[in-house]
Amino acid sequence: MILRVKDVSVARGGVAVLEGLSFEIGPGQALVLKGPNGVGKTTLLRTVAGLQPPFKGEVDAPEEAVAYAAHSDGLKSMLTVEENLRFWAEVFAQSDIEKAIQAFDLAELRNRLAGSLSAGQKRRLGLARLLVTGRPIWVLDEPTVSLDTASVQLFANAVRAHLATGGSALLATHIDLGLDVTVLDVGPFRAKQGDAPVSGYDEAFL
Amino acid sequence: MKALLVRDLKLAFRAGGGFGLGIAFFLIVVILVPFSVGPESGLLTKIAPGVLWLGALLACLLSLDRILALDWEDGTLDLVATSPLPLEGVVSVKALAHWLTTGVPLVVAAPVFGVLLNLPPQGFLWLVVSLAVGTPALSVIGTFGAALTVGIKRGGLLLSLLILPLYVPTLIFGAELARRGAEGQDITTPLLMLAGITFGVIALLPFASALVLRMNLR
Repeated sequence: MILRVKDVSVARGGVAVLEGLSFEIGPGQALVLKGPNGVGKTTLLRTVAGLQPPFKGEVDAPEEAVAYAAHSDGLKSMLTVEENLRFWAEVFAQSDIEKAIQAFDLAELRNRLAGSLSAGQKRRLGLARLLVTGRPIWVLDEPTVSLDTASVQLFANAVRAHLATGGSALLATHIDLGLDVTVLDVGPFRAKQGDAPVSGYDEAFL
Repeated sequence: MKALLVRDLKLAFRAGGGFGLGIAFFLIVVILVPFSVGPESGLLTKIAPGVLWLGALLACLLSLDRILALDWEDGTLDLVATSPLPLEGVVSVKALAHWLTTGVPLVVAAPVFGVLLNLPPQGFLWLVVSLAVGTPALSVIGTFGAALTVGIKRGGLLLSLLILPLYVPTLIFGAELARRGAEGQDITTPLLMLAGITFGVIALLPFASALVLRMNLR
């Protein structure tokens, strides 16, 4: 289960934002992307997750191995914490949600409606979703937003446990998780401006 | 797939889910018609099938923008797109959930509302049949429209403009079937045409919906 990114350029709204990126993440490894706002981290992560094709280059991810977590957690406010998790577990054909509930300390909240949770609690639930996907490669976009220090620690422990069992992770984050990870600053890969933007018409068919 | 259907149904029935909205709208339209055209029962009998069909169609239209927009707003759509579920299946299940929560109640309520419009007794059976056969097409075509406009702020109006013309064939044959049923004429042709449209869109449109959804998620 190796994620390979070869000489990839990514585009946002038809304009290349990052170019010439290459990296490889193997089992047990994690890569942290750093860089200023707007440099294209989210676009790169969406490309790796398969939501959009790379502008140039190649993303070589094993079939159905990537679990993606974005800025929004994909929670339904009128479902309880447990119902939300169980839904995602069933979508990914898993049955065990207890481990996820334990790992993110959600036991006391399990029968609360997701809509009544605080921002940090929602995020914890959103991250717990990763554990019920059963997928080996985590692609995470700013996973620690709105988490307090204790919750960040829970998250760091979850990532550590995931890596220890042969999983891997690609994260865009600005804070230090205290993990043994490689850090890639994507700033130098910023695309040179002045590239002709792809027209919306062409883009629709790319 | 089953999980998605169960979740959508659950959400529709919980507070703010919008279940009952369509049927209430349908009821209001049907009640307003006699006020606007007058209480003359002969006239009402004549226009009842068409009015019932138009009311059901507009009631169906009312909830279309909820099919995908809510899932897009909270990020569920991105996450579902990266899950093992094929998007063609996802949009089919979404359309099915919409039909079960909007179409089926309309079919069940239509005979009751038919009484309000003085629908002749022999018309009830074919009114129910025409709605039962026609409303799945409304949900499937509506899901296609929802996929086209997902991500557009206040896309509801645009959705209506795009979808209403596509509803025309279903409306023509559905209302014709109900009218002929009410007047005791031969119903074969409109029934076959209506069923053909419904099966055709069920077979083809999910692929188009999934395609435009993929483009919109980029």
